[in-house]
Amino acid sequence: MEGRPLGKSRLVMTENAMILRDITLVNALGLHARPAAQIAMLAAKAVSRVWMISDGEMVDAKSIIDILSLYCPKGSPIRFAVENTQDVETLNAIAALAESGFGEN
Amino acid sequence: MTDSDLREIILTGIGVSPGICIGKAYLVDVEGVDIVEKYHISQLHVHSEIKRFKLAVKRAKNELRTIIENTPDAIKEHVDILETHVILLKDKLLYGKIIETIETDFINAEWALKKVVSSLKAMFLNMSDPYLKERAIDIGHVSDRILNNLVGSEKINIATIDKRVVLVAADLSPAQTSQIQLERVKGFITDKGGGTSHTSIIARTLGIPAVSGLDHATKSICNGDLIIVDGISGNVIIHPSEQTLVTYEERRIEYEFRMAALDRQSHLDAVTLDGHRFMVMGNIELPEEIVSVLDHGGDGIGLYRTEFQYLGRPDYPGETELYDKYKDVVEVMAPRPVTIRTLDINGDKALDRPIESVEDNPALGLRAIRYCLKHPNVFKTQLRAILRAAAYGNVRILFPMISGFEEIQEAKAMLHTVSDELKEEGIAHNRDIEIGIMIEVPSAVILSDILADAVDFFSIGTNDLIQFSLAIDRGNRQVAYLFNPLHPAILRLLRQTVDAARAKGKRVFMCGEMAGDPLHIPILLGLGIQEFSMNPNAIPLAKQTIRSLNVEEMRIFLSEILKEKTAQAVMERVQRRFGQEGGHGV
Repeated sequence: MEGRPLGKSRLVMTENAMILRDITLVNALGLHARPAAQIAMLAAKAVSRVWMISDGEMVDAKSIIDILSLYCPKGSPIRFAVENTQDVETLNAIAALAESGFGEN
Repeated sequence: MTDSDLREIILTGIGVSPGICIGKAYLVDVEGVDIVEKYHISQLHVHSEIKRFKLAVKRAKNELRTIIENTPDAIKEHVDILETHVILLKDKLLYGKIIETIETDFINAEWALKKVVSSLKAMFLNMSDPYLKERAIDIGHVSDRILNNLVGSEKINIATIDKRVVLVAADLSPAQTSQIQLERVKGFITDKGGGTSHTSIIARTLGIPAVSGLDHATKSICNGDLIIVDGISGNVIIHPSEQTLVTYEERRIEYEFRMAALDRQSHLDAVTLDGHRFMVMGNIELPEEIVSVLDHGGDGIGLYRTEFQYLGRPDYPGETELYDKYKDVVEVMAPRPVTIRTLDINGDKALDRPIESVEDNPALGLRAIRYCLKHPNVFKTQLRAILRAAAYGNVRILFPMISGFEEIQEAKAMLHTVSDELKEEGIAHNRDIEIGIMIEVPSAVILSDILADAVDFFSIGTNDLIQFSLAIDRGNRQVAYLFNPLHPAILRLLRQTVDAARAKGKRVFMCGEMAGDPLHIPILLGLGIQEFSMNPNAIPLAKQTIRSLNVEEMRIFLSEILKEKTAQAVMERVQRRFGQEGGHGV
């Protein structure tokens, strides 16, 4: 998919400087609006930026709309990343939430 | 500025419903939601405009919170999505982007909201996966909520137009038309569409003028502009001069006088010069329209479209609700026949409920009998309501979009099942009703000799039959010129259908647009169509046309017509012989 608008960009920023967590999406319905809202809500607590990366594309995890513009069906590998060490707790919370299937089924 | 300061502009489109009206324009915007005010603001007001926007978002948030708090725990999971909406309200790509747009474009908050939301929706709708497309729905809900709080109680709603206006729209969907209080509308004009679009059918049924295919009407006309709609010539005049107004007022009176003269004879039977009587009936969509059918001398209801009650609501109508409506129509019309066509919706698309699957081509998709057989509960509810209403008069049932024999068998089996159930439950009903099918899919014509065995009558739906056999999208103006009921291929399909039915002793009716056109009636008489059903306003002229013809002569005329090789040649021959009878034109 080319020519995407919004905040999404091809993964150009180096991930070296960031703290990463990799998970696999377990929800039967994939990443729809409700889980996206839960991620955005947690990410809002971070002091610096929080990223969500899937299939080489990177979006702002503080924006539901940006998250939703990623195509993430069940089984997608997803990477979450924070830029600031103070946000590790937030990162862990997001990863744990995603691994638990966002409390669905 | 008064109207006389403005220059008169004439737009030309396709007249899709005859008549003339003069009135104020009311614009319905592209997305169907009501228009929002659009204006530029000065740099000085940017700050206060942003404040106004933030306040609206805050109010929207409080509304959502209140709804969530007042929801009983038992159904809490249904309001989960509202929590998502609360977060969406402050999403930077919505909230942040709108504030940015107010700042950079110097436009009011409503306009900025519309701009941002349209581009977000477009992004989601352009995604190929249906699963992603649905995401645009939540954004729409959130933006509507903000908009309501921005415009407050002054918001105009399509359902509450309080004066007689001319509706101006890019296009009107069946769901939108279902929201309009039609008695408040003097006429319709649309950018898109042609003579067979939903809007034009509604307009003809209501007897109000309509012009379609104007391309830029929504851009050229402002809310409140005085406009003249001439549904006969297809002209729309914006800011008419005093002189033009007088001319059109005279034409309007003359037109209505001629129609009234026709109406006076409409109660006489439609008997040909050689003594054959034909039934001329009305097509209706709303129970209220039976008044118009009776006023225009209709001999019954040849097509009762039942989709209306399923539109613009989140749930399916219940049996009692349907039964009440059908019974009203059946009782008033008795002993005249009422032909109830079972649900013909384009899958779930027309309905205001979650889309089960997105279809690329809904006209050829899961609609009508296909949809009903896949959703037996929805279908059975309707069948029960029909059989119960049948106890009060003369009901005939009509199954739409039949393409093969097994669909009739399945539909009839279901009809028998519900009738057995009603009997067991001791509920009054009448199972002894005539069963017919719509002939609108080319395969039904090809199979007509076989299908005739399973039914009491055929009813030919010309609009769909023409578009499917000639492969034309009826909403596409580029190919609208091909839409011609007099195409030699269509005439052969009609002949094949009638011949097959006759060989089995079955009757053939026509309820398509073709049946109501005085220029087509001579051919239909020659073919052996036994009953005509049309928009109520067309009944008087159709009856008068039948009274002026001789069936035996029409059979001979038909054999000549069938020798012609092109639609053009057929048309010329018909025009030469019957042109002076008029048609809708003047």
